[in-house]
Amino acid sequence: MSSSLAGKATARERSMTLRDYAIRYGFIVLLVGLIAYFAVAADGFASPQSAVFIFQSVAITGVLALGVTATLVVGGFDLSIGSVATSAMMAASYAMVVLEQNAIVAVIACLVIGVIVGLINGWLIVYMRVPDLLATLGMMFLLLGLQRIPTEGRSIATGMTMPDGSVANGKFSEAFLALGRHRIDFFIPNLIPVSVVVLVVLAALIWFFLEYTRFGRMMYAVGSNERAAELAGAPVKAYKIWAYVISGVFASIGGILLAARLGRGDIASGNNLLLDAVAAALIGYAVLGAAKPNAFGTAVGAVFVGVLLQGLTMMNAPYYTQDFVKGAVLVVALVFTFALSGRGKR
Amino acid sequence: MGADAVFHVDGLRKSFGQNEVLGGISLDLFAGEVTVLMGANGAGKSTLVKIVSGVYARAAGTMRLAGKAFDPQTPAEAIRAGVVTVHQNINDGVVADLDVATNLTLDRLSGKGASLLFKPANVRAEARAVADRMGLVIDLKARVSDLSLADRQMVAIARAMAHRPKVLILDEPTSSLSSAEADRLFSLIDRLRGQGVAILYISHRMSDIRRLADRIVSMRDGIVSGVFDRKPLDYEGAVNAMLGRKIHLDKVVARSSARAVFTAEGLRLAQGSRPISMTLGAGEVVAITGLVGVGKTALAETLFGVRRPLAGTMHMDGKPYAPGSAREAIAAGVFLVAKDRAASGIVGGFNIERNISLPFLKRMSGFGVMRKRAERIAARRQIDELGIVCRSEKDELSALSGGNQQKVMVARWMSQASRLFILDEPFQGVDISARRDIAAKLRASADGRATLIFVTELDEALETADRILVMSEHTIVGEHRNDDIDLDRLLAEVAGGPLHSAA
Repeated sequence: MSSSLAGKATARERSMTLRDYAIRYGFIVLLVGLIAYFAVAADGFASPQSAVFIFQSVAITGVLALGVTATLVVGGFDLSIGSVATSAMMAASYAMVVLEQNAIVAVIACLVIGVIVGLINGWLIVYMRVPDLLATLGMMFLLLGLQRIPTEGRSIATGMTMPDGSVANGKFSEAFLALGRHRIDFFIPNLIPVSVVVLVVLAALIWFFLEYTRFGRMMYAVGSNERAAELAGAPVKAYKIWAYVISGVFASIGGILLAARLGRGDIASGNNLLLDAVAAALIGYAVLGAAKPNAFGTAVGAVFVGVLLQGLTMMNAPYYTQDFVKGAVLVVALVFTFALSGRGKR
Repeated sequence: MGADAVFHVDGLRKSFGQNEVLGGISLDLFAGEVTVLMGANGAGKSTLVKIVSGVYARAAGTMRLAGKAFDPQTPAEAIRAGVVTVHQNINDGVVADLDVATNLTLDRLSGKGASLLFKPANVRAEARAVADRMGLVIDLKARVSDLSLADRQMVAIARAMAHRPKVLILDEPTSSLSSAEADRLFSLIDRLRGQGVAILYISHRMSDIRRLADRIVSMRDGIVSGVFDRKPLDYEGAVNAMLGRKIHLDKVVARSSARAVFTAEGLRLAQGSRPISMTLGAGEVVAITGLVGVGKTALAETLFGVRRPLAGTMHMDGKPYAPGSAREAIAAGVFLVAKDRAASGIVGGFNIERNISLPFLKRMSGFGVMRKRAERIAARRQIDELGIVCRSEKDELSALSGGNQQKVMVARWMSQASRLFILDEPFQGVDISARRDIAAKLRASADGRATLIFVTELDEALETADRILVMSEHTIVGEHRNDDIDLDRLLAEVAGGPLHSAA
C-alpha cells in the first residue's frame, strides 16, 4: 500500500514530455517572444511608459474578463458584460451631469446596477432555466436599449440639452475623473494610472478567491460536475447566481473606469469590450496548460492582447487588421487548450 | 432446435479491447412468440442488441433471418432486412417537434424512391394505415412533444412496425411508464404477437415478464446462462441464472447489532407501493438487493434528502430526521456514495485530493480559506487505507482505473465519520480485487455507524452484508440474516412471486 506512493516524484518528472512542456509553457513563451520581438522591431516599445500604456489599454477589458471568468468557472457564460459596462458608464454620467450628484453616489449607482443585472441573469438561468448564452444575450439587448431611454438616445456631457429643452448643469466630479486619469508616482513621476491599480487589485482578489477559498473551489466543482457538487452538499443554485453577480459587479466597475477615462457618457463607446474580454478569458485557458477558466490566465490573456495590439500599432499596422489578429490569436489559444492537451484521453 | 426459428444467432462474440463482452451467444426467436432477455448490468444485453441491429460489427458467429444469412453493416440495413429495434430512450425513436403522422412515415421521407415534395395528404393517409394496423388510437395531427411518454412509446413502436418487420426488439420499453401505461403497451405487444412477429423483449421488471413471456433467456457475463421455455415458466430459475452465485465466495461472519442508529416507519416511495419500515443498527452492514427499477435508488435518495417520501417518518439516533437536501443529510451524518460515479460523483477537473475533500471543504478551511495541508493529509490517509493505486494524491482521476476511481468515491465519504453510510451500487464497473478491497474496508470500519449498501447482484450482497433485505416494487419484501441463507426463498422474493411459505 505504501508502495503506491513511493517514487511518485521521479515518476512525475519523467512523465513531463516535450509536449507537456509545450502545453504548459507554450503561451508564456509566445508572450515573452512577442515582447522581445516588438522591443527590437518597434522603437520605444521597451520603455516603462509603453508598458504602462499597454496596461492602461487592457485595464477595462481585463476587469470585464475577470468577471466573465467567474461565470465560466461555474460552467456558464455572460454575454451581457459589455452592455453592463456601458450602462454603468451612462448611469454614472447621468447621476453626475443630470442629477448633479457626487462621485460616491455615481459609483454606488453603478455597482448597484451590476448587482441587479447579475441577480436577474442568475435568476433567469437558474430558476427560469433559460440557457446561459440566451439569457445573457437577451440581457445584453435589453441594456443596450435601456441605457438610451433616459436621454432619448443622446450622449451625456456637461452642458448637454435635455429632451425637455433644459440644459444639464452638473459636471463630472474631479474625484471621479481621477479614477480614469490620475497617475500614481512609481519610481518615475506620474507613471501608473489608477485604472491599472484597480485591475491588479481585482485580479489578485479573484485569483485568491478562486484558488484558495472553499467558495472558489466549490464553484469549480459546480462547473465540472453539477450533480456531484449538489450531492456533496453544495447549494449549487446559489453558487451559480453569485457567479453572475460577480460578473455584473466587475463589468460595472469596468464601466466606471470607462466613464472616468472618457469624461462623458458616450453611447457609441464600448463596442469592443465584450469581444476583447471574452477573448482574454478564453486565451486564459491556455496559460500554464490550465485548460480551465482561471484568473491568472485571464490576466495574462488580457496583457497578451494588449501587447499584441500596442506592438502592431507602433509598427504602423493598420487599425482595421486588429480584430483579425485578435481572432487569430484566440483560435490558436483554443487549439492549445482543447486539441493539444487532450485532457483525460490518455 | 432453431430449424423453425425466424431469427437464429449462433456463437456470437464481441470484445472491446481486452474485454470480452460476448463470449459466444446463441439465441433463437420464433414467430408469434415473445422471448424475454434477462441480464444484470454489464451482462452484454445491449451489446447483443447493437450487433443485431447493425450498430456494432460482430467479431465471430453467424446470424440467419428466415433462413438467409443476415449481416447488417448499418442500422438502416438491419431495418430493411426486417429486424427493427426500439431503444430504451423513447425520444431516440421519435422526432419531438413533428406531428404523429410525419413521425409514423418518417422513414419514407428519405431513402430511395422518396418523393421530392412533402405531400401532407399522402403522409396522413399512409400514417392512418399504419395506425389502424396497430390499433393505435391517437390524434395524428398532435405534436409528439405534446404526447405522454406512453403515447410516444406507442408511436415509436408503430413507426418501427411500419416497416413490417419479422423481428421486433424492445429494449426496456416500460422503464419510464406507469403501470396503466404499460398495460396499453402490453395489449399492443399481444396484437403484434398475434400477427406473427418474433419479439425480443428486454426487461428487468418481473411483472412485465410474467405478463408477456413465452420464453426466457438469461444472460450473465456475456454468455447465455439459461433458457426457459417449458410452461409454466420457471421465473426463479431465470433470476437465479442471471444473478445466482458464480463461485463459492468468502463467507462473511454475520454480526448483529444491539443499538439502532436509523429507523424508518411507514416510508412510501411511490404511488400505490406498500410502506417500508426498517431499523439499521450500529456496526452492521445491511445490503438491500432487488432487480433494476424496483426503487433501490429512490430509497437511497430519500434517506439522503434529495427526494421526498410520499409518507412516513425517519429517525436518526432517536431524533426525528427529515432532510430537505443533501446538505442537511450530510450535516446529520448521513453520507451517500451515489450510483454512477461518472455522472454523479467524479469532478473531472479535480485531482484525487480535491475529489476526496469536496463535501468537507468547510471543515478543512478557516475563514473560508482552504487549509491545503489538512486536505493533503486526509487524502494521503485515505489512499493508504483503501490501497488506491496512484502516483500521488495530485493525480487526475482520469488516469485511474475504474476500480480506483470508485475507491476515491468511497474514500471521499470515509474521510469523515458518519452515522449512516449509504452506498448505491458501489461495485458497478469495479474489478474483483477492488471490490474485495472496498467490501473489506466497509466491514472493517463499520463500528459505530450503520452501513447500507444497495446492490443488484446477489453475490455482492452475500460477500459484504450481515443482513440482506430484498426490495420489489418499491417496498421491502424480505429479510435474511447472512448465515445459512435460504437462497430459494430469497430468489423467489427477488422474482416478486408468491412466497413458498404463504402457499
